[in-house]
Amino acid sequence: MTATTTSQPTAPAAPARDNREKMLERAMTKHNYSGFALIEVLHTAQGLYGFLTMPLLNTIARKLKLPPSRVLGVATFYHFFQLEPKGEHTFVVCTGTACYVAGARKILDVLEHRCAKSGGTSADGKVSVGSARCIGCCGLAPALIEDGRIVGRVTAEQLNNRLDQVGAKP
Amino acid sequence: MTIEELLEQQEAELERQKQLKGRLMCCTAAGCASSGSEEVKKAVQAEIKNQGLEGTLECCGTGCLGLCSRGPLVKSTSTGRLYAEVAASDARVLVEAAAGSGENARRLELDSTQPFFTRQTKVVLSGSGKLDPERLADYIAQGGYQALSKALAEMTPKEVVELIKKSGLRGRGGAGYPTGLKWELVAKQPSDLKYVVCNADEGDPGAFMDRSVLEGDPHRVLEGMALAGYATGAQQGFIYVRGEYGLAIQRLQLAIRQAERERLLGSHILETNFNFRVDLRIGAGAFVCGEETALIASIEGQRGQPRQRPPYPPESGLWGKPTLINNVETFANVAPILTNGSEWFSAMGTPKSKGTKVFALAGKIVNTGLIEVPMGVTLREVIFEIGGGIPDGRKFKAAQTGGPSGGCIPAEFLDLPIDYESLAKIGSIMGSGGLIVIDDTQSMVDVARFFMEFCMDESCGKCIPCRAGTVQMHDILDRILKGNGTAADLDMLRELSRLLQETSLCGLGQSAPNPVLSTLKYFSEEYEALTK
Repeated sequence: MTATTTSQPTAPAAPARDNREKMLERAMTKHNYSGFALIEVLHTAQGLYGFLTMPLLNTIARKLKLPPSRVLGVATFYHFFQLEPKGEHTFVVCTGTACYVAGARKILDVLEHRCAKSGGTSADGKVSVGSARCIGCCGLAPALIEDGRIVGRVTAEQLNNRLDQVGAKP
Repeated sequence: MTIEELLEQQEAELERQKQLKGRLMCCTAAGCASSGSEEVKKAVQAEIKNQGLEGTLECCGTGCLGLCSRGPLVKSTSTGRLYAEVAASDARVLVEAAAGSGENARRLELDSTQPFFTRQTKVVLSGSGKLDPERLADYIAQGGYQALSKALAEMTPKEVVELIKKSGLRGRGGAGYPTGLKWELVAKQPSDLKYVVCNADEGDPGAFMDRSVLEGDPHRVLEGMALAGYATGAQQGFIYVRGEYGLAIQRLQLAIRQAERERLLGSHILETNFNFRVDLRIGAGAFVCGEETALIASIEGQRGQPRQRPPYPPESGLWGKPTLINNVETFANVAPILTNGSEWFSAMGTPKSKGTKVFALAGKIVNTGLIEVPMGVTLREVIFEIGGGIPDGRKFKAAQTGGPSGGCIPAEFLDLPIDYESLAKIGSIMGSGGLIVIDDTQSMVDVARFFMEFCMDESCGKCIPCRAGTVQMHDILDRILKGNGTAADLDMLRELSRLLQETSLCGLGQSAPNPVLSTLKYFSEEYEALTK
């Protein structure tokens, strides 16, 4: 099995010689193409492609015999599903109560000032910024998730250094 | 596996552990993991190998050891000590201390006689920190799945329901509905298809109890669900778990596979005619899915929007079938009640709220982490004795319980015993157990705005009072904080609060005003100072 590059901001590549389509098909077969499994299928699709494009959502709608509006409705309802490509690096700041009290706003300000508004990606495609509702590391507030890794007790200075390292604009 | 084989496995694993000189239990729950506990575990394992102590010592991962603020934590069963802020470079001294030589681990030792450890009563968390959540044998060694085997061999489903009713267990998700009554409602339904759902969509900011239980002791929850299935006549269970909880998902998947392989879940459980399957459903980031009808919609693959109740899920839930929905912590209480009896359980707590409650301590408090205390302890005990008080010499201002649906409790109620009724009386709720301490540097109006912003973002948009009301309330709070508020704004906040409480479709909208109302009530001077 070839590794898929889910973290790269590439659009879903041509389906030839690409086994992502096959893997998505397998996920749908596992659930007997039932519309009830829509959320599981979307999870799988996002895991394979990194984000969900309209053609992809349409394909899923057709295969699960659901109206495209229903599929788009579900994909946009849940925060987890991304309809746009992500940057090379992702910084998600926890804005749960404990982190908020510990100054998460200041951390998010650094990212929004240097990179992009929460939910967006910097113009150069380097950094995506997000916020999360409590990641459950309240003991280490304020916390953020950098490319899937939890970092606790973040300071603005630390974050600025880290952003320099990944090549974000000052 | 038969019941006899279960007992044999327990014996064998206990014997194996006895042969060891000790085990180094390294906390690999999310808190410690983010301060590098995985590296510590690997370093200790390598060190044991290096010193040729493989048959004598063992190092494994374990669930939350409680004091997250001092992680990574390691517990040694041979010395009985708990070590804090351990680094991978400390592996050698830890192994030496566990093997009985060397005094160098002293500097890492935590004083386990401090109130944080001695004042707790562990029922739900009794396995967390004692067993390796990735090994079924560890859970079996602690008497795991024996409550299930006892129920299957000696009790009728009705007797199980009666026992839970008698114990006085109430739902730990927040509202506190008597668990036994709920089970009885589902058991009484004539349908041949029923479902058991475990609500692990722990969305309250500042709450991480359920995540810790799932990460630290997943089999306990599975056993509780299987018992619920037996008692209510359901054969299919679902765990709806937050997508953000990667480690919990991974551990649950592993635990389900292990249990199925040993016939502790699946068909013909323990060689009886009882069948019960458990499947995972991964949430996709919507706070409202913690509401039971929205959760059902989400499992059915739809937008997580609540619907009108009644009918309640025990009558018509998943796919229109009778459905029992309980929270993680509720299920984690079931097996201990079956094992120890209802009297044992109801001896703990207050007349109306039995048993223990797990709290996640966070915010401006010295000991942040996970604790379990009997119902009825006071906030003062929790915050100042177990929690170690407020850091940096600041003063206690308020405790926030129940997340965005709860309220802020001022200092005057510090001596109030914590149970469902007393918290409701002062305008807060028990909630799922997040307890955030706020010190005197924090503006309470800002806290109210924070929660309103949360509810505004998370409102599903189905009913107008919640969809439009949360936006209006947020804007007013924002205006007040910017110094542009007037006294009329405060009246409008009160009026909108009442509107949301009385006309919203589900609990999210109905309880969204709680943080505003409780701060308006107890910290009115802060609002007045800003609106003058």
